[in-house]
Amino acid sequence: MSTDARTPIVEMRDIRISFGGVHAVDGVSVSVHAGEVLGLVGGNGAGKSTLMKALSGARPPDGGQILVNGSPVSINNPRDAKNHGIETIYQTLALADNVDAAANVFLGREIVSRFGSLDDAAMESATRKVMARLNPRFRNFKAPVKSLSGGQRQSVAIARAVHFNAKVLIMDEPTAALGPAETAQVRDLVAQLKDEGIGIFLISHDIHDVFDLADRITVMLQGRLVGTVN
Amino acid sequence: MADVSGAAPSVAPPAPTPASRSVSSTIRSAEVDTRLLGMVTALIVIWVIFGIGTDGKFLQPQNLWNLSVQTASVAVMATGMVLIIVSRNIDLSVGSMLGVVGMFIALLQQEWIPKAWGFGYDVWWIWIVAVIGGLVLGGLIGLLQGSLVAYVGIPSFVVTLGGLLVWRAVTFMLAQGRTISPLDPTFLLLGGGSRGAVGEMVSWAIGIAVSVAILYALISNRRKRLKFGFPLRPRWAEAVIGIVGVGVVMGAVWVANSYAWPKGLATRYAQEQGITEPPGGLIIPTGIANPVLIALAVAAIMTVLATRRRFGRYVFAIGGNPEAAVLSGINTRRVIMMTFVIMGVLAAVSAVISTARLQSATSGAGVGAELSVIAAAVIGGTSFSGGIGTIPGAVLGALIIQSLVTGMQLLKFDNPSQDVAVGVVLVLAVGLDQVLRKRAG
Repeated sequence: MSTDARTPIVEMRDIRISFGGVHAVDGVSVSVHAGEVLGLVGGNGAGKSTLMKALSGARPPDGGQILVNGSPVSINNPRDAKNHGIETIYQTLALADNVDAAANVFLGREIVSRFGSLDDAAMESATRKVMARLNPRFRNFKAPVKSLSGGQRQSVAIARAVHFNAKVLIMDEPTAALGPAETAQVRDLVAQLKDEGIGIFLISHDIHDVFDLADRITVMLQGRLVGTVN
Repeated sequence: MADVSGAAPSVAPPAPTPASRSVSSTIRSAEVDTRLLGMVTALIVIWVIFGIGTDGKFLQPQNLWNLSVQTASVAVMATGMVLIIVSRNIDLSVGSMLGVVGMFIALLQQEWIPKAWGFGYDVWWIWIVAVIGGLVLGGLIGLLQGSLVAYVGIPSFVVTLGGLLVWRAVTFMLAQGRTISPLDPTFLLLGGGSRGAVGEMVSWAIGIAVSVAILYALISNRRKRLKFGFPLRPRWAEAVIGIVGVGVVMGAVWVANSYAWPKGLATRYAQEQGITEPPGGLIIPTGIANPVLIALAVAAIMTVLATRRRFGRYVFAIGGNPEAAVLSGINTRRVIMMTFVIMGVLAAVSAVISTARLQSATSGAGVGAELSVIAAAVIGGTSFSGGIGTIPGAVLGALIIQSLVTGMQLLKFDNPSQDVAVGVVLVLAVGLDQVLRKRAG
């Protein structure tokens, strides 16, 4: 186990999630520190994504406790998670395909004027800034994200997660849909975010990703945690 | 989080190459909605064909003025239907809601309030109370149906199909075979008619105000983009948009003002006012009709709601990807419910317009209106797969449908032929849209 004596930035204790009679997650405890990457591996149906859904608010847990900076919090919906600085990049990317990059980055957290009307120019400006950092070649700011390439769509999903000063980032199969160049880009980004002190949960099938990037690796099998290696 | 690069986004507007400027690239660089442009073109083609076919009768101010009044009721509801369909729902009950609210408004002002207070129906404020009551009833029906869809999870097709039957039946029960009239004379002005219009001077004033608003919006938008260093529309495109916008607005006002009061009404008015009629008869320009003003105001408000407010952004996001909307922390159920509340209120607005125009409430008011409203939204580019649609498009769709109906009436086609035309145009419009979108990739 980790010998890090600091308080973990996020700790999940004894999490239980069941669908009907099936225990998808059965008493799992994991934690991540600031500036640490925790690799989460396991076969299909092992419960990795379900466990992370409890943290992102997509599927509140049936039992267990979540602590942020050592104090227990309740996360009942995605908004709660975001308020605690927990951002998620979903495997499906969860983008609204019919609107542009800025609308997706700010979805649910739009910049509005004094009178409550959307400030699209300010949102586009902020999106251009964050994109200049993540993917400098990104140009299609006016197009619906449906018309973008897989890598560009991934950039939008990542921009949405990192723009709001995330403390914890959940990345669910971030490279599954990407080509080699884009995968390398995501790897660089993970390293960079780690240096900035963000705690990262990295779910991946690509064992190379996990070995290269993760500080610790946790293995799940049939809803249980079967081991953690440094 | 540290801003690592610190680099400001450097965006150079792509320089247009005049040599290779084809029609399509011209439109693209002007950043005009091509679908909207297509609909405007279709409308112009329809108007020209009917204009030629009727020896210009179709394009006379009188016909265009009537066309605008007849479009108002469907256009109002179509703006609400856009939000409903964009969020992947449907409301089949709008015609029945129109019927029940119209009956409610008529009974309130003609029977219930006078009976309860014991005075005649001609007390001046009764119609105002009746209209407010109608709007509230529409909102409540929408709230009920929207809650069943959003919170109970019953498909909107089922809920509103039930609503279609129930509200129509309630209308019949309230009417008990009667036609409710006469209605308050002030209330009737909301339905149009020669007196139900704002007159020459006010029409010009409205036209000028809207023109100024268009120019202001263009300029302030350009300034804002300049401030952030975003790519700008070419100057010529801004100028063309401004000129066309102002031209259409002022042209419409000119047409409305070119339609003079009918001779008999003008003579009566002259006698009432003690004016000696000039030899050619007194010419009083009608101006924009009240229901048309109401419809335009509704369209403006709905456009702001759909494009400039969080609510509208969420409606479109839900239509694009419902799961993503939930994961973004949007309260999708509340948003869906609100689209139905808005639809109910708009059905009530249409009930006010059509009840006032027909000068009575009947149990058959609004039968089949749901089909015109849905057709208007769909011809206007609203997609049943969700996430796509515009308010101005739906208003144009309503205008196209009414133009077909009116034009064919002038050419003495019977009702079934009119339905054939509307049906064919509906399928054609959607089919063409599909083909073009597939080609665009």
